[in-house]
Amino acid sequence: MSELIIRNVWKEYGDQIVLESVSLTVESRAFVALVGPSGCGKTTFLRILLGQEQPTRGTILVDGDPIPTEPGRDRGVVFQRYSVFPHLTVLGNVLLGKEFSNSRRIAKLFGVARRNAVEEARELIAEVGLSGAEQKYPAQLSGGMQQRLALAQALFMKPKVLLLDEPFGALDPGIRSEIHTLMKRLWHETQMTVVMVTHDIREAFTLASRVVAFERRRDRPEEKQRYGATITKDISIWPPRLAGVPSKFSPDRDGPINSLGYHRDDPALSGE
Amino acid sequence: MRWINIKPSRGTQVILLLLPFVLIIVAYTMGSVARLTENPNDKLLPSLAGFADAINRVAFLPDPRTGEYLLWSDTAASLIRLFAGLGISTLTALLLGMAIGMLPYLRALLSPFVAVISMVPPLALLPILFIVMGLGEVSKIALIVIGVAPTMIRDLTLKALELPREQIIKAETLGGSSWQIALRVVLPQVLPRIITCLRLQLGPAWLFLIAAEAISSDSGLGYRIFLVRRYLSMDIIFPYVVWITLLAVVTNYILDRVRIAVFPWSELEKQA
Repeated sequence: MSELIIRNVWKEYGDQIVLESVSLTVESRAFVALVGPSGCGKTTFLRILLGQEQPTRGTILVDGDPIPTEPGRDRGVVFQRYSVFPHLTVLGNVLLGKEFSNSRRIAKLFGVARRNAVEEARELIAEVGLSGAEQKYPAQLSGGMQQRLALAQALFMKPKVLLLDEPFGALDPGIRSEIHTLMKRLWHETQMTVVMVTHDIREAFTLASRVVAFERRRDRPEEKQRYGATITKDISIWPPRLAGVPSKFSPDRDGPINSLGYHRDDPALSGE
Repeated sequence: MRWINIKPSRGTQVILLLLPFVLIIVAYTMGSVARLTENPNDKLLPSLAGFADAINRVAFLPDPRTGEYLLWSDTAASLIRLFAGLGISTLTALLLGMAIGMLPYLRALLSPFVAVISMVPPLALLPILFIVMGLGEVSKIALIVIGVAPTMIRDLTLKALELPREQIIKAETLGGSSWQIALRVVLPQVLPRIITCLRLQLGPAWLFLIAAEAISSDSGLGYRIFLVRRYLSMDIIFPYVVWITLLAVVTNYILDRVRIAVFPWSELEKQA
């Protein structure tokens, strides 16, 4: 279970009001897409959920408990860039979370503990379509593969909530639709609640079970400072999209994605 | 074709690379010959044969007074001081630089202090070092450390601060503590930088070493140069200068190879 309750959250930077009276209840295992014009505070809202920033007013509860004031294991994240560690291989990147939690002092696993963790990591790496690339460094991967890696790295820790900050924004359309298929499958298979910020309305409606729009209600230049953005639209996808339940009405309603096998977005890899 | 688009071939590159060195030797030889024909006892620009003779004397024949091979005993004395100084500086810079870069409290406490200390001209402190620490090895090593460490600390602090915020947040969501993040995320990424920083500090380190040796010492490359200066022994001074340069160039090269061998990802990042 991982229900998110956001109650009357405000965020102000000095005189500038960014968010005003944002209230939202996200049921467990939902997939919420946050959309809205640039600079309307979507990312700020995500940062508040992450614990990177604190709301000026209001409360946020995960399963009834207030969220910690710093980022932690219960909330995983994938950013548009810099989500993976350039100095670790694909395997090392995925393992890092386990090494943090199972080796407090030196954050490194050895022997049996390491072998078990490696085995588990390899499964997940294969799951996101990166098998064969375990020993590569992020600089040797394409943008799409790096984001797959970032997803695997976050999912390895089984977070309650997965936060995505325009994770697929920098990818080209073909690769993006492949990674959408993956994202959907992962959402169906895991127990987590997903909150995704995106610019791409199509992406929002393709993936989410619910699309929430942020907007400033008053946006004239002289009013901009004192009026923040809030939720102006809250659309539940119909027919309802439920995690773990295939859609009864039209399984393929979400566009051209129809193949189900693993995909590689880097043609160079398939030669191996 | 535009000049900016004309590139030399590999052969031409080698020739161009050697050209300035050859020119310098030719110019020197011409000057030397001109002076020696006028006065065979001229000491200012010795002939190449004179150099060979002097090198043979200091490098391959024992000194009649001490029985030591001067060039090698001088080199050993100097390198021990140099590497002791650089080693201490590197360790200090790693510890302090990372701590200042990562911990806001320590940054507030030490960052301005280090900035001020790095502006103190180290050579002006040399008399104080000699008075306080005596004329032995300690004061010479201390001079190198004082001259080199503050810059390295500042450089590493900058590097630690330069790491994308997203990476640190990601590490936090994977459950890393401050210590674990320092150990597994920040340290490995600043290590290549400290090697580069060390290469850039080789010049200043040699400067401080030779300055200290020139004023008070009984061995070392700098000591020898300033000793034989009294007899206008250009035939020894020139080879010593070339030898010091060569040592610095080789150290510089080795450090860079070490970085690429130990941190292959740092080279990949550069190309990416």
